[in-house]
Amino acid sequence: MRGDVPACAVAVPASLEEALGLLGREPGRWRPLAGGTDLMVPFAAGRLPDTRFLSLQRLDALRAVEADEEGVTIGALATYTQVRLHPLVQRHLPNLVRSALATGAVAIQNRGTLGGNLVNGSPAADTPPSLLAYGARVELTSLRGARWVPYEAFHTGYKQTVMAADELLTRIRVPRPGEGFHFYRKVGTRAAQAVSKVCLAAFVRVADGVVRELRIGLGSVAPVPCRARSAEAAVLGRSLDAAVLETARSALQADIQPIDDIRSTAHYRRTVAGNVLVQMLTDLNAWINLRK
Amino acid sequence: MGNPGRFDRDPAPVPGANAPTVAKMSLNLTVNGTPRSVEVFPMARLLDVLREDLGLPGTKEGCGEGECGACSVIMDGQLVNTCLVPAVQAQGADLLTIEGLARDGTLGGLQRSFLLCNGAQCGFCSPGMVLAAEDLLRRCPCPDEAEIRTALAGNICRCTGYVKIIDAVRAAGEARP
Repeated sequence: MRGDVPACAVAVPASLEEALGLLGREPGRWRPLAGGTDLMVPFAAGRLPDTRFLSLQRLDALRAVEADEEGVTIGALATYTQVRLHPLVQRHLPNLVRSALATGAVAIQNRGTLGGNLVNGSPAADTPPSLLAYGARVELTSLRGARWVPYEAFHTGYKQTVMAADELLTRIRVPRPGEGFHFYRKVGTRAAQAVSKVCLAAFVRVADGVVRELRIGLGSVAPVPCRARSAEAAVLGRSLDAAVLETARSALQADIQPIDDIRSTAHYRRTVAGNVLVQMLTDLNAWINLRK
Repeated sequence: MGNPGRFDRDPAPVPGANAPTVAKMSLNLTVNGTPRSVEVFPMARLLDVLREDLGLPGTKEGCGEGECGACSVIMDGQLVNTCLVPAVQAQGADLLTIEGLARDGTLGGLQRSFLLCNGAQCGFCSPGMVLAAEDLLRRCPCPDEAEIRTALAGNICRCTGYVKIIDAVRAAGEARP
């Protein structure tokens, strides 16, 4: 344990207003702390510069998961366990359930929060590809007011986001995708606990055998979680045959900028991202054929 | 070269090392059914509070970064890694640690099952492993092998190869009333 425990103060606001007030008065001074599953690791290793933490543990309003006709709204403090066990998430957002199950293992899922997973800003996080595939938005709140930002525009660079220093991420809104094909695949060293080498989620709507709507979210292959725009364009408006699959596989290479690091190599990630994309399209084709 | 007494292998200076010391907080917990209160720093790890302040060294530190599960306890009915829980977030919590499973010197059912099935070798992972299994059996009284493997996926054992641990959990599930 190399973190400087005696030097660290923690504020525990009883309400969102109180938390935002503190952030507004001293922007950048207080580091928000949700479930701690990400922050406690660098903290204990002495690699976190912060000595003032804003624990969000009493903000129970931000734990709610609610649904209406248009979509599901998930409080930023909802844990992976809450998300994956929620009946409406299970019914409408199966990729998000699979993302939550793919994150850590039981003990991490019980503490880690969906909002924390996004704000932490890791390109290897397991829920972002699903949120990209579903076209989610995030609510950023400060004393100045609340604004909704497309999740796709949330990350601006490695561990950088559009959040201002006085803002908290308060809710995640996922539109109901409706009838369609859902796909999620994480590739890591093992099923549990591993950090992804490649992660891909997709939602696809099909009419008359033709792909009409398609969003593909990717993790661990760029400085930020990102959409596979070129691969999507290669498939949109088409029926799937072997040529389209190979065109999409090639197009995907323009969507990603993987690196060599301790978990994998850029070459492996490029190859496997293409393979997982083709697996997704092959499964999609089978799904289309079953429904004919 | 201008830094006498400091060697390459010395730890790097800790961020905030010169910052003033903050006040300790009164942390009130229920530990294995008994109310306890200790004065601790708010960012102390629950793992260290258990081992050093509460005198309960049954909870082990393995990796210290949420990967190995050796420090698992049940907090308010949920399995957690105590190395990742700051003390301040455990205020008012109800904790079950490995010390709470035996009663009056008699081992709990899961502990007996680990003994009978040889589910421990060096034993270092056992406290966390047993609590992860306890958490599973509370949620799912008669688990199949896949459910056991998923529930224990966050707990690493470098000795047994897991087969005997899985046998122990299955047997304990079958033996529960």
